[in-house]
Amino acid sequence: MSLGLSVQLETPHAGKYEQPTGLFINNEFVKPVDGKTFEVLNPSTEEVICSVYEATEKDVDIAVAAARKAFEGPWRKETPENRGKLLNNLAALFEKNLDILAAVESLDNGKAVSMAKVDIGMAAGCLRYYGGWADKIEGKVIDTTPDTFNYIRKEPIGVCGQIIPWNFPLLMWSWKIGPAIACGNTVVLKSAEQTPLGALVAAKLIKEAGFPPGVVNIISGFGKVAGAAISSHMDVDKVAFTGSTVVGRQILKAAAGSNLKKVTLELGGKSPNIVFEDADIDNAISWVNFGIFFNHGQCCCAGSRIYVQESIYDKFVERFKERASKNVVGDPFAKDTFQGPQVSQVQFDRIMNYIKAGKDAGAKVEIGGNRKGDKGYFIEPTIFSNVTEDMQIVKEEIFGPVCSISKFKTKEEAIRVGNSTTYGLAAAVHTKSLNTAIEVANALKAGTVWVNTYNTLHHQMPFGGFKESGIGRELGEDALANYTQTKTVSIRLGDALFG
Amino acid sequence: MSDLSVELTAPNGKKYTQPTGLFINNEWVASSKGNKITSINPTDESEIASVHAAEPEDVDKAVEAARAAFKGPWRDMPSTERGDLMYKLSQLVEENKEVLATIETWDNGKPYAVALAEDLAEVSGCLKYYAGYADKIHGQVIDTSPAKLAYTIREPVGVCGQIIPWNYPLGMAAWKLGPALACGNTVVMKAAEQTPLSILFFANLIKEAGFPPGVVNILNGHGRIAGAAIAQHPGIDKVAFTGSTATGKEIMKMASATMKNITLETGGKSPLLVFDDADLDQAVKWAHIGIMSNMGQICTATSRILVQEGIYDKFVDEFKKQVKETSKIGDPFSDETFQGPQVTKAQYDRVLSYIEAGKSEGAELAMGGEAYKNVGAGKGFFVSPTVFINVKSTMRVFREEVFGPFVVIVSFKDEEEALEKANDTTYGLGSAVFTKDIVKAHRLARKIEAGMVWINSSQDSDFRIPFGGVKQSGIGRELGEAGLEAYTNKKSVHVNLGTWL
Repeated sequence: MSLGLSVQLETPHAGKYEQPTGLFINNEFVKPVDGKTFEVLNPSTEEVICSVYEATEKDVDIAVAAARKAFEGPWRKETPENRGKLLNNLAALFEKNLDILAAVESLDNGKAVSMAKVDIGMAAGCLRYYGGWADKIEGKVIDTTPDTFNYIRKEPIGVCGQIIPWNFPLLMWSWKIGPAIACGNTVVLKSAEQTPLGALVAAKLIKEAGFPPGVVNIISGFGKVAGAAISSHMDVDKVAFTGSTVVGRQILKAAAGSNLKKVTLELGGKSPNIVFEDADIDNAISWVNFGIFFNHGQCCCAGSRIYVQESIYDKFVERFKERASKNVVGDPFAKDTFQGPQVSQVQFDRIMNYIKAGKDAGAKVEIGGNRKGDKGYFIEPTIFSNVTEDMQIVKEEIFGPVCSISKFKTKEEAIRVGNSTTYGLAAAVHTKSLNTAIEVANALKAGTVWVNTYNTLHHQMPFGGFKESGIGRELGEDALANYTQTKTVSIRLGDALFG
Repeated sequence: MSDLSVELTAPNGKKYTQPTGLFINNEWVASSKGNKITSINPTDESEIASVHAAEPEDVDKAVEAARAAFKGPWRDMPSTERGDLMYKLSQLVEENKEVLATIETWDNGKPYAVALAEDLAEVSGCLKYYAGYADKIHGQVIDTSPAKLAYTIREPVGVCGQIIPWNYPLGMAAWKLGPALACGNTVVMKAAEQTPLSILFFANLIKEAGFPPGVVNILNGHGRIAGAAIAQHPGIDKVAFTGSTATGKEIMKMASATMKNITLETGGKSPLLVFDDADLDQAVKWAHIGIMSNMGQICTATSRILVQEGIYDKFVDEFKKQVKETSKIGDPFSDETFQGPQVTKAQYDRVLSYIEAGKSEGAELAMGGEAYKNVGAGKGFFVSPTVFINVKSTMRVFREEVFGPFVVIVSFKDEEEALEKANDTTYGLGSAVFTKDIVKAHRLARKIEAGMVWINSSQDSDFRIPFGGVKQSGIGRELGEAGLEAYTNKKSVHVNLGTWL
């Protein structure tokens, strides 16, 4: 019996609901051409939640065609004000449906439902923020000579392929759709194969918000199939990808090999979290703990390399261990849970392998280092000390609740180790000295530097990577540059220059 | 307290509760001396309601409330949340637009269909536009040397006094509140004594939207009493005024004593140029809208039409035809009405006096030139659409702002003469150029002395585009991103990172 276009599911938090399973193209849920499906697992129980339909290249073609038709048609003539209105409507619908969206997010991703609710609130805020930008994307008038009238327009790019990750499924959905739509583009968005459910529930809200058909299309599928099809598609004008650096490279190659589509990438990180001896230790402990263990370590900007000034190192390690041990690991739908399961078997295995590598390399396990329980992809919060800079666990992105902690002597050393990575997504400095904060922040090669905080993003602030952590910036006004292109119009007001 | 509101039934049957007090700290209060302003329905000269009129003591209370709110919850509210409150307010305006448009028409006399479809859309649209700006007002970081971190903060100015006119009561309120609130200021607003009612109903929506008390305070009062108190108040950091040039000058004088920041939107005598290569049909239609809409009560009204001599006679004929066909005078609540009454007897008398002036100066009356007594029982401040032609530039009707359905049409020979005549005014608010020649259009746009130039349209404003005048039409710009400028101060912060003595 073939899968219906929706299934009845139930969440511990928000009760029964209808989960769409199809591909959302032209404001309708449809079955893919080849009718393939794939299973969605609950990472807390390792059981199948349901199946959803899988998009292949053929379906990407159909979605892109729908997006192209919408872009060249009525969407092109839509007023910026109305684009903003639609985003505002969508934001309001996210807020209205907060409980169910959060519940689906927790079910699919494994994050605590309390965290998921924050994610959804932030997603709504992001959509509303970009709704506000829609009618404020202005060109310029540039005065060269009296016999010319010149202006520049900021035009949409066209059909944008967007490939989002599984660590903050709906938040990433909003980060991509917000600016793309504000700038007048149309979208084909592929969710992560590990977490397709929330994106499809949100797709219903697209139609409800009043978006014309074809403007936003949402498909579920695998990176190697649908994702690859998007990045090499000859009629996709731009691709935005958030995920691993390895895949990011492939996307860039595919863009180069096809139609030179514009590319923005948000990739991995191995961000340093640096604590100076004059830091407020209580606050620093709290932020260092949050910096690596929030979202089960599944943050591109996680503060996974902790560096503490030597005079406070020993005390810090003891207190950090104590604090991390208090992180409640368990059922995402339980009230006190801070850390849920890792998102999938693949991720779980990967992280456990890194833990083994750390142990094998001679690092000391301060706490953790093991699976938690025997069902669900739960891993104990893990702190490695006694590490060297050349160890795998210090160089490579683990993407789990695993960090390394080392000591440093001087400010210069902190900057040097902070920067000794091929990544450059984020960093943090904990100090009470204004000068240290600013000097070190200026010296670190990272797209976001936090001072006396960690992981506190805001839709107003640009976010993105130096070096191999990415290309381009999301959020803030900067995101608009990813979704517009400049056209210079030069009107001659005089006669011909040449005979 | 029953003295602070009254149950009313509007001429279109709509029943509603009309607040009548002063709105301070999200509460309704009586004025300190109990003096009232009675609002008259300009359609039939009947009394609508009386509202409390603020004295200087009441302005003091409002300023105190605004200052406390500015120091308190409003200053520390994250910018996105400020924007969210403004979005909520714009939504509430949408939800209540029929009542608001009803009050607007009853009090001001503009056609209900226009109040609903245009004025109210402008109000909610403008508030929503500025709501979007609240968290997008960025300072700069300026790199001078490694020894310094220099940045600017765009701070709110503080407590802003805003004095608004009667021609678009709610529209003007939105134009003022939008940027002020987006930038984090608090407000003491005085509405016009001619149209005090709609803003009071709107005030309740401010509380409903969730604005903390004291952020927006709304008073009615006489210009000379409450308006002057605002312009001179030491506790007010900035005054924004829209109204006549004469009053604008008074405000500027008063504000100078405490060196307040001021922005002024004052009068205009805007020229509309029609070249012989224009699309004549479109020029006529736009020129009609340009002076006859809103009963001619528009600061940017293109009240001087300058037509190239070759098409002058044809234009005048077509224009008169357009007025006859389109300018249906009548009860503003009737869907057929294009032109309602002038807002008050004083304005009505003023327009009639300019008709007399035109006649006595020797201008040729081509149409109208009298009061209109055929609405209902013959009452109401209606004036026939009036056209004077063959007007000399020295005549009062050419130089002075009439603010009614009253236009002068003058001819010119060539572009040079057109510009000369267009710029021969102490005003410089709007202007319009009709031509199919793109080069001529852009060239004229550069040379006309005005804050705004419409090419092939008139009165075609948009809250996203800067609006304001040069010369004696005003100081500063409203609307668009430019509108934020007047409501922030740039503070430069220098952090010393390396210059040690």
